[in-house]
Amino acid sequence: MARTGIVVVSHSRPLAEAAVALARQMLTSSDVPIEVAAGTDDGGLGTDAVAISEAVTAADSGDGVVVLMDLGSAVLSAETSLELLADDLRERVVLSPAPLVEGLIGAAVVAAGGGSRDAVAAEALRGLAPKQAHLA
Amino acid sequence: MPDTLDLTAVDRWVREFAAVVHDHRDELTELDSPIGDADHGANLDRGLTAALEGLAATPPADAAALLKAVAMAMISKVGGTSGPLYGTFFLRMSGAFGDGSPAAFAASFRAGVDGVVARGKTEPGDKTMVDALLPAVTALEESVQAGKPLAEALRAAADAAAEGRDATTPMLARKGRASYLGERSIGHQDPGATSAAMLVETAASALLRG
Repeated sequence: MARTGIVVVSHSRPLAEAAVALARQMLTSSDVPIEVAAGTDDGGLGTDAVAISEAVTAADSGDGVVVLMDLGSAVLSAETSLELLADDLRERVVLSPAPLVEGLIGAAVVAAGGGSRDAVAAEALRGLAPKQAHLA
Repeated sequence: MPDTLDLTAVDRWVREFAAVVHDHRDELTELDSPIGDADHGANLDRGLTAALEGLAATPPADAAALLKAVAMAMISKVGGTSGPLYGTFFLRMSGAFGDGSPAAFAASFRAGVDGVVARGKTEPGDKTMVDALLPAVTALEESVQAGKPLAEALRAAADAAAEGRDATTPMLARKGRASYLGERSIGHQDPGATSAAMLVETAASALLRG
């Protein structure tokens, strides 16, 4: 069974940790590796490509990692982090354009069920569908 | 004055850039206030301060190693969009630094600017640091190819960067937080282009000062 890892990138550490807590509510075990790379190391708002590359490395157990992010520098830092990874790991990383909170919840559920990184990334991208259907 | 850039020259450039950003930290943040998230000066200052601390703790062996160390500090410590952008600039410069001749320096500066363009997916006229950097690298290359002394080529680059910075004021922002403002971004000088012009101005003022 695949063990796809997830990395949450945000400007804000509290925001990222709260999003992970919300997603973990949906899981029956803590088997899914979800790592956070968020905020500056002095506790401020910002993103850090080195921290993201370390989180990706920690989240990977051979089946790859899906990275979810908020906006702006989170996107550029996530892209920059790929340059800092070993070639073989870089090929196992998917940077997802999914909405952070909704995408993370879908991604976590599929990852917990043993989904491949492509399946996890696809579910993250569908994250807005339930809300869109409800409010249509 | 030798027309070759070595570790000492590049070290002087980075220190001068850090000092100028530090001195203009509030001005950069004020420019970022109406059209951004009011953190450009503080962010760059934090990144460059960390870069200088890193250089003091682990002295680099050569100019390329220095540029790489600065790149890593910027991508790690700046926090905002200018972190990965300046970080990519210094990283690409490091990879292409070569022998420090004027032609090699122009080529590595071009590699840095190309890295910024690719990382930001930016085009000229988007009201970004690229609007200062692209005219600067073009002027640098043209002067070096024409066989002018490096000091003259760097001066031409700095003047082109300043003109490019000034030209961002009437532009409509198409990238970053400022792009959310649409037409309201018109009439403000871009903070990224402002700090990028400082980068090129300090190259002209510091690289060859013996």
